[in-house]
Amino acid sequence: MTDAALTAFPAADIDEALESPARRALRRLLKRKGAVVGLIVIVTFILLAVFAPLVVPYDPIATSWTLVRKPPSAQHWFGTDDLGRDVLSRVIYGARASLLASAISVGIALSIGVPFGLLSGYRGGFIDALISRITDAMLACPFLILAIALAAFLGPSLGNAMIAIGISATPVFVRLTRGQVMSVKVEDYVEAARAMGNPRWRIALFHILPNIMPALLVQATLSIAAAIIAEAALSFLGLGQQPPAPSWGSMLNAAQRFLTNAPWMAIWPGLAIFVVVLSLNLVGDGLRDALDPRER
Amino acid sequence: MLNFLGKRILQLIPTLFFVSILIFSLQHLLPGDPALVMAGEERDPAVIEQIRQQYRLDRPIPVQYFYWVKGVLSGDFGESLRVKAPVLSLIGQKLPVTMQLASMAIVIAFLIGIPAGIISAVKKGSAWDYGANLFALWGISTPNFWLGIMLIFLFSIELGWLPASGFVPLSENWRANLASTIMPAFVLGNAIAAILMRHTRSAMLQVLESDYVRTARAKGLSERSVILKLLSGAVLTEQIFSIPGFGKLIVDAVFNRDYAVVQGVVLVTATIYIALNLIADIAYILVNPRLRA
Repeated sequence: MTDAALTAFPAADIDEALESPARRALRRLLKRKGAVVGLIVIVTFILLAVFAPLVVPYDPIATSWTLVRKPPSAQHWFGTDDLGRDVLSRVIYGARASLLASAISVGIALSIGVPFGLLSGYRGGFIDALISRITDAMLACPFLILAIALAAFLGPSLGNAMIAIGISATPVFVRLTRGQVMSVKVEDYVEAARAMGNPRWRIALFHILPNIMPALLVQATLSIAAAIIAEAALSFLGLGQQPPAPSWGSMLNAAQRFLTNAPWMAIWPGLAIFVVVLSLNLVGDGLRDALDPRER
Repeated sequence: MLNFLGKRILQLIPTLFFVSILIFSLQHLLPGDPALVMAGEERDPAVIEQIRQQYRLDRPIPVQYFYWVKGVLSGDFGESLRVKAPVLSLIGQKLPVTMQLASMAIVIAFLIGIPAGIISAVKKGSAWDYGANLFALWGISTPNFWLGIMLIFLFSIELGWLPASGFVPLSENWRANLASTIMPAFVLGNAIAAILMRHTRSAMLQVLESDYVRTARAKGLSERSVILKLLSGAVLTEQIFSIPGFGKLIVDAVFNRDYAVVQGVVLVTATIYIALNLIADIAYILVNPRLRA
């Protein structure tokens, strides 16, 4: 770039300079094969879920007595289930329940966890002690057991499963945000913002929050993976998606009874969970390395 | 050190207080009249009245909480409405089964995770390292209930080597006990083996490459999550293999709307977790001389 260009487009140049950390992270992420494969798989599943009505070969809830438990064939690639429904169509529709539930539950966890974490880490003192002890208490209840208990008391439905998983995933975000805030708030730029007379909420929202986003992004990716397993587990136990609507967990539950003569019923929904979770873990690991300033 | 320990134990008091609030407030999530919901199919007014009395549902909430905590502290976790037995004795019956499963899972996890971690660190960048890392990724990404179902398909249905379900107590027949617990223990241990492998690898690398000091950032999961993974994993694993343990107790209680049992199980798991964490912290201090000062 020539000097003339520099003076001609100063604003664009500043923009580029501001954008570079995110761009650099993306460049580093795309250098990792595992993360790229993971991203492609996740995008594929999202597209399948969004366009499910257009791509499924059959109605996922249409039963047929003549097609009960047929092995995979040219007509039914993944076979049919105990009620003669097409397993492939159900797996594709199941992606909807799984992805939607995990995204919403992690959204719930973020929207409760991050504000409390910011408050706790930035204010310190009694509020910090109070929030930290409540977080400890929630962390002491195993994730799935807490989610099961919540879903049991709230009543079985996909919506309640999302709430239960979201609440159970919240303390991780409180703790992470708090820790990040405490390490960031002593940095020079925060001191500078304070010296300039910015109000506390402004510093927290505009100076601290953007700088802890990388850590939150990594955790959110890994939490979505955990939430997919949790949703499948709750649906497997009958506490999530209710029949006849398809979900990977409830499909596995039904499959368990027909393992002897229809093993394909168990293979495909489980494989779908495994592939999506594996991809999210690959992307999460890749993001962590790409966003880590210590690693070049 | 005593100072640190004292502070650590003092911190437990508010944590336990909030755990109790959390578990107590579960019953207030029930829609409508809790006494009616808890009674379930039972429509006998006498039974509903008995539930109302037992939980003091006609009293203000702080009073209910007070009596509930008083009961818990004296070992009274309430009564199972379905099994008609004290919750604590039910837990006492089921816990040893889960303990056996968990101990076997930990042994399996150590046998796989530590050697795999050492090999991958020593041969960093080699095919061994690559394989071990793939194994770890596989371990943390496989839903354990699916793994359980697939193992039953392979070893019980196809090969006929192991029983698909049906737990035999250790005291009755140790061979049958082993046959009925080896698959669920492997399912439980598998994910933990993956966590242990990653930990061992990063700890080894830290020692091996002192100029390349990597912070021991465990990828995604800390050692504490091992305990949580065990407790959560037990729920599904026991369900799949029909093992009458702690995890099956909570699932059955959920479906029987046996709320006192659900609360009791959550309370006991939380207490186990807090106690094990405290022990882990004490062990850290004893092992690490820098913390002892």
